[in-house]
Amino acid sequence: MTDITMYAEKGTSLWEDAWRRLRKNRLALAGLLVLGAFVTIAILTPWIAPYAYDAQNLNLGATPPSAAHWLGTDVFGRDLLTQIMYGGRISLAVGFVATAVALLIGISWGAIAGYLGGRVDAVMMRIVDILYALPFMIFIVLLMVVFGRNLLLLFLAIGAVEWLTMARIMRGQVQALRQQEFVEAAISLGLSPLTIVRRHIVPNALGPIIVYTTLTIPSVMLLEAFLSFLGLGIQPPKTSWGLLISYGAETMEEYPWLLIYPGLALTITLFALNFLGDGLRDALDVRRSAD
Amino acid sequence: MSLLNVSHLRVDFNTRNGHTIAVNDLSFTVEKGQITAIIGESGSGKSVACYSLLGLLPQPPASIESGEAWFEGQDLLALPESELRAVRGRDIAMVFQDPMTCLNPFMTVGDQLIEPLRFHKKVGKKEALQRAKELLVEVGIRDPETTINNYPHEFSGGMRQRVMIAMALINEPKLLIADEPTTALDVTIQAQILALIADLQKRRDIGVIFISHDLAVVADIADQIIVMEKGVMVEQGDRTAIFTHAQHPYTQKLLAAIPRKTKEILAQSSDALISVKHLKTYFGHGKDLVKAVDDVSFEIYRGETLGLVGESGSGKSTIGRSLLRLVGHTEGSIQFDQQELTTLNKEELKATRQKMQMIFQDPYASLNPRMSVYDTLAEPLLLHQIETRATVESAVLSLMDDVGLARAFIRKYPHEFSGGQRQRIAIGRALATKPQFIVADEPVSALDVTIQAQILELLADLGKHYGLTLLFVSHDLAVVRQIADRIIVLYQGKIVESGRNREVLEAPKAEYTKSLLNSIPSAFRALN
Repeated sequence: MTDITMYAEKGTSLWEDAWRRLRKNRLALAGLLVLGAFVTIAILTPWIAPYAYDAQNLNLGATPPSAAHWLGTDVFGRDLLTQIMYGGRISLAVGFVATAVALLIGISWGAIAGYLGGRVDAVMMRIVDILYALPFMIFIVLLMVVFGRNLLLLFLAIGAVEWLTMARIMRGQVQALRQQEFVEAAISLGLSPLTIVRRHIVPNALGPIIVYTTLTIPSVMLLEAFLSFLGLGIQPPKTSWGLLISYGAETMEEYPWLLIYPGLALTITLFALNFLGDGLRDALDVRRSAD
Repeated sequence: MSLLNVSHLRVDFNTRNGHTIAVNDLSFTVEKGQITAIIGESGSGKSVACYSLLGLLPQPPASIESGEAWFEGQDLLALPESELRAVRGRDIAMVFQDPMTCLNPFMTVGDQLIEPLRFHKKVGKKEALQRAKELLVEVGIRDPETTINNYPHEFSGGMRQRVMIAMALINEPKLLIADEPTTALDVTIQAQILALIADLQKRRDIGVIFISHDLAVVADIADQIIVMEKGVMVEQGDRTAIFTHAQHPYTQKLLAAIPRKTKEILAQSSDALISVKHLKTYFGHGKDLVKAVDDVSFEIYRGETLGLVGESGSGKSTIGRSLLRLVGHTEGSIQFDQQELTTLNKEELKATRQKMQMIFQDPYASLNPRMSVYDTLAEPLLLHQIETRATVESAVLSLMDDVGLARAFIRKYPHEFSGGQRQRIAIGRALATKPQFIVADEPVSALDVTIQAQILELLADLGKHYGLTLLFVSHDLAVVRQIADRIIVLYQGKIVESGRNREVLEAPKAEYTKSLLNSIPSAFRALN
């Protein structure tokens, strides 16, 4: 077996091809690097944060950026940099975990509906329609009221809303792919429906899903920020970028840095994700692989 | 003086994957009142050359490096876009391959027909419509009063191509460029459209450039033939010269690739491997009921190749798919090796699928683009436990040897192969389970002619080597007679004729079979 791999020419899969194209897109690459840096910082925060996240210094109060507190302190004398670092953990976690939840439900739901078609499809997609029609805010408020506020619930609540669009995209992809001759070939080989979906359909449908994912993460993060801003999200002393922005907005006139720095952190992340998403869309576009 | 005089045309493409010369130093002339055919396979630069004349190439990636194209005292390549636009559609008109994608589905045929007329000649609407109706009659569309208000989807493929031709002619161009105008059409329709183009050209005394990948198609109508290979003109001459004593090896290869032999049948078994009785496959219901296959009975003998011939909509592909249980049937029985297929349960079906396989028409669609050759060929071997993980790689390699793929390609992906190579992969996949029976659904119609010949040969060889029984589905009688032992002719879901190869070809009984035979271009019939 080893002698074969020795003379076999290396093939380029479509994934490798896409990666090669992505690497040429500087903006997308920059986005990826920034994102990587933020995630690394978020993971290492407990060890590298300059202060403890709940360490108050009421004597200090709100101070502008200084050598001791690079980004200044809030009204309770808490270090803002530390706050942003810990807030990033929550914000990024919400973004990634809630999107992962949405991805998991959405892909399976859409793939099954699209592949089986007919009545199953009709019922499954009507359920999606009904959930779409539910006012999202009321749904979340209800969840918070019934189950109390906690982080896990927030993940689930946001994920439960975001999967709907994912399922629709997936279903459309699968329906188009199901007509392809290679799927027919797989059927005539005797493959089971599950294997066909897993091996032949899902990998070919992933392109648009990946792109949509990178665009979902920022929208989920914004949603968390919005909910926290309304007081429905994270509770102090835990914090998130949304919550920090919300506090910052209240004291904007006296202590502008309390709004600017958390806002900047969120904006940079969103930009990075959007650039990455844009780059991925170009890289994964099959029509472009010809040129 | 020639109508069009192209000299030293060179067109380059600059893409991320490198620099290619699509057309290199091409010089030719088109005379008034003549049909000049440009023949070449995909990638030969034949279309690129013509599109560049009209400024229809996207630049970049294309760039016209050098050359002149004199038409009516002006150099087309030097004209600014605004002046070229005036020439396009007025003095030079185009007919494209696929009439469906070239017509706007939201506009009536009449409105589309008069658009170029009103744009170029500022003719009033009433007068333009009158003109359009006359033209529709001229291109053979009956009842123009009604059809002029129809939408493109209400026409058949052949009728749409007639509309496209009418549209191209409405401004009375002096030069018509037809780019593979019959490739998307059935053979009988193709013959009609070819006759129409030849007739119009004579009557109107215009010049025509006819672009095609198929020498046989232009055998009847072309005055001059230009053969292109990889961007270079390799041979040019009048029709008889090209067909009788072609000089260049590539032209000879193209000529040799035209299917013209009739398979010699040696011994014929009479032991039925497959027997189909009263098969009916209907789609839809009520008013939309389509009887795709309507009460068809036939047998396929062990070891033979049965040709199933018919036009689009004749139900030929549906029969193939019904045999493999890829579409459900409505009524009737299908027996495979004395086993009834229509009543099998899941497990039995999976076991039977190992014995019967399919080769599809479009090798670009029939391979999973995310799976390498190894993945594609190993999948059936592992699924049916023919090989183990340890032995599968050598089995894949020997399959690749059988279908003529270099072993070094094992890790490559479909998009890295040409159409012919992809079809070889697809054939390899079908052979992997060592089936007794294979349905080949138009396996060569998406391929260039020289590749067609290779794939046909491969199928015939493998058939012998593996002792296969083959159902060869095709719209092309010329191809079928080269490979089939027996032929069944289908028309609108029913069998109109069946018999041994020579019987059907030499003494056809049904009218429809005769018209199919007549649609094979006569000049090339004379070659036999």
